[in-house]
Amino acid sequence: MENLVYAIILLPLLGFLINGLFGKNLPKMLVGGLATAMVFGSFCIAVGIFMNFNSESQPIIVKAFEWFRVNGVQINFGFQIDQLSLMMIMIITGIGSLIHLYSIGYMSHDKGFYKFFTYLNLFIFSMLLLVMGSNYLILFIGWEGVGLCSYLLIGFWYTNEEYGKAARKAFIMNRIGDLALLIGIFMIASQTNAIDYLSVAENASKFELDGTVIIFITASLFIGATGKSAQVPLYTWLPDAMAGPTPVSALIHAATMVTAGIYLVVRSNFLFTLAPTVQGGILLIGFLTAALAGFYALRQNDIKKVLAYSTVSQLGFMFIALGLGAYSTAMFHVMTHAFFKALLFLGAGSVIHAVSGEQDMRFMGGLKKYIPVTHATFLIGTLAISGFPFLSGMISKDEILVAAFAKNPIYWVMLFILAAITATYMFRLYYLTFHGEFRGTEEQKHHLHESPSNMTLPLIVLAVFSVIGGFINLPHFIGHGHYAKLMEWLKPVLTEESFKQMEATLSGVDFTTEMILLGLTVLMFFSVWFIVKNTYVNKKKMAVAEENYTGWEKLSAKKLYVDELYNALIVKTVEGLGRGGKMFDKGVLDRFVDFVGEGAEDSGKSMKRIQNGNVETYILIMSLAVGIILIVNFILQ
Amino acid sequence: MGDTFIQSIPLDYFIILSSVLFCLGVLGVLLRKNAIVILGCVELMLNSANLLLAAFSAYKGNGDGQLLVFFIMVVAAAEVAVGLAIIAMLYRNTRSVDVSIFNKLRG
Amino acid sequence: MDQFLFFLVAFLAVASAVYFVFARNPLYAILSLIVTMFSIAGMYILLNAQFLAIIQIIVYAGAIMVLFLYILMMLNLNKADESKKNNTLKFVGVFTAGLVLIGILGVFRGVREKHIVLENVDRGVGLTKNLGRLLFNEYVLPFELASILILAGIVGAVLIGKKDL
Repeated sequence: MENLVYAIILLPLLGFLINGLFGKNLPKMLVGGLATAMVFGSFCIAVGIFMNFNSESQPIIVKAFEWFRVNGVQINFGFQIDQLSLMMIMIITGIGSLIHLYSIGYMSHDKGFYKFFTYLNLFIFSMLLLVMGSNYLILFIGWEGVGLCSYLLIGFWYTNEEYGKAARKAFIMNRIGDLALLIGIFMIASQTNAIDYLSVAENASKFELDGTVIIFITASLFIGATGKSAQVPLYTWLPDAMAGPTPVSALIHAATMVTAGIYLVVRSNFLFTLAPTVQGGILLIGFLTAALAGFYALRQNDIKKVLAYSTVSQLGFMFIALGLGAYSTAMFHVMTHAFFKALLFLGAGSVIHAVSGEQDMRFMGGLKKYIPVTHATFLIGTLAISGFPFLSGMISKDEILVAAFAKNPIYWVMLFILAAITATYMFRLYYLTFHGEFRGTEEQKHHLHESPSNMTLPLIVLAVFSVIGGFINLPHFIGHGHYAKLMEWLKPVLTEESFKQMEATLSGVDFTTEMILLGLTVLMFFSVWFIVKNTYVNKKKMAVAEENYTGWEKLSAKKLYVDELYNALIVKTVEGLGRGGKMFDKGVLDRFVDFVGEGAEDSGKSMKRIQNGNVETYILIMSLAVGIILIVNFILQ
Repeated sequence: MGDTFIQSIPLDYFIILSSVLFCLGVLGVLLRKNAIVILGCVELMLNSANLLLAAFSAYKGNGDGQLLVFFIMVVAAAEVAVGLAIIAMLYRNTRSVDVSIFNKLRG
Repeated sequence: MDQFLFFLVAFLAVASAVYFVFARNPLYAILSLIVTMFSIAGMYILLNAQFLAIIQIIVYAGAIMVLFLYILMMLNLNKADESKKNNTLKFVGVFTAGLVLIGILGVFRGVREKHIVLENVDRGVGLTKNLGRLLFNEYVLPFELASILILAGIVGAVLIGKKDL
């Protein structure tokens, strides 16, 4: 069993090393095939372990070696396979291998083909390290690793300076969150004298409820999660990260890395349950993010930017779920979101591939007859995210809605509106891209073609999962929670306290009310679909350039000028500090060093005058010295 | 004569005599400018040391001191030979033996 | 009697040394240095260091001083034409010499006995036979090395004196 665990994490690492060292000289098929096979291998092993797992199983702790001991805290390097990490591993490696397969087709013309797969494998390795670690420190190593890979992959086409800037932006914003996370880990280590999950869970009960210490710890952890999962205020990097190749956006910024924050909070549920204040804060940030991002997505013109803001918004939904204490719901939404968002991104990549690199929706349209497979799968993805009945997205989103209603009906209303906005911008995207007349150039029209099978196959697989993925966790009111498989599965990961809270929330609404709420949601879905279809297909409303929007549309397209605000407030300040530092270095430090050097030179020059070449003076000084030594000796006797 | 001599002259006198000769040598080195005379003053200093060594050796009955004097003389002879050769070379180049002229080793 | 002899020879030595240091004419200076050498040889005889006395006369007065005179005559320096010396330097020189003298005479500090006269001293030390025995038994290595030293001196002197190397 231990060897299997090592194999899961070492296969991608092996792929990274082989491709990194020898990839330049290997044929493309081998590079891509090897990388995909490695990740798929990890997936198969994970599934194998999954078969032997059930909701009662104990976590498998694999201790690789004793790492170090600091101040009485013993830190080991090891892995923890339990229900939560197993779920994450399967998502990461499953969707990861599909994206690897897709990339073979998508990046086939790129010069840096082997580099891409090297970085992808490294990313999978780091992400696995993150979710498989048995303590917070290993999580942090993986955390940093995925941040690094994110930087490498966003700035993959490094000759373009804008892309490089986007990569740096992502990395630096992540860093800010990382600092908070690190402080949180330090606090945990100092307060509980341990940093592995099992020990901290045991000792967590000695924290006072809502005390300053626990609030500080959980707030720090959450800020770290904010940076990685693109919540307010550290979200502006994610839309810019669309500068990277589309498979990167699919893998990192839809399915895996951005969910690391959610994973962190769920993993630390024993801490968060003790700090209801922070949970309220999470709720607030989640709402704010979901609302803002949804607002921006309504009037973006770049197909990937819409999907990026959609991701930020959906992450907001997940954090809302966490804020309500519904941990398994959040993980459920992570899973379904991974399916349909990866599908949407890969589909967008297929679209972009078809129109020879164009990403602006104003120059697309009517593509449904040219790229049928992409169209079909993209439609399924859109329906899933907007909440078409019985698709995975609807089920997971509905669970969040129920949890919100149980806490406070106002929350339900707000979330309802946000869901409507989600549907709106997704359908706008769909109709502008696939319906109407093609608005691109003649040359692009000639080249319109369906993508090769290694790109369409992953699309089909993901579409299937987007449809059926919801059935693993049916809402509570159906069969009295008997079919809520996911919630049951994740039970061992949560503390008693957390689980009771969650169960209370999710079953707090009675059957009739839930049916009414569900009905309202479905009604909203169809209404929005109808209205948007009407606007964009029948009335032929067009998207215009950013500058030409007016009123609220302009605010949406310009993202409320938040980027410009950050630039003025923070970036300029830091640059000013940099300039000040440079002046200090030149004016003060350099002058000081020169002063010392000149001092040595001057003293040397004055010493030089003793050597005048005169023999007499030499003899004189020699004898004088001897005489003085003798006299001193005489005196000291 | 050796018997009574040692008993009548205290060793101190030899020390004083030797010191005076030595200091005269030092004085000569510092005051004179003729290179040959300076070399001669060095010889004077060596001789004063020799005298003292021989005196101590005689008073202690130990032959080592006088043997050392012998070796010092050997060394002095060799040194004078080489030194005078150098002075001859210097004279050949500068037509003078005044030490104040030889100041080319400036810093 | 001995004391008188001692003081006579000592006075001679010091007087000729003084003249040597202060003489203007280098020839007269060297000549008075020869007198000093002889008086020191006299001292050696008084100390019953016979071997040393003879060696002093032969080597020092006979060879080294003659060499001095030879160089003097060859370089034609028997005229008194030495340049004046800086007054400050002269003053400091005298001061230094005085300093050295006082420093050396510091040995007398803390010496209790005025007279250092020993009873059972071997008077025979200083005789050629005894010294010779010592030289060739214990100090034969320095002896041989000294001969190499003289060889080096010869070679060096000849080499330095060559017109073209």
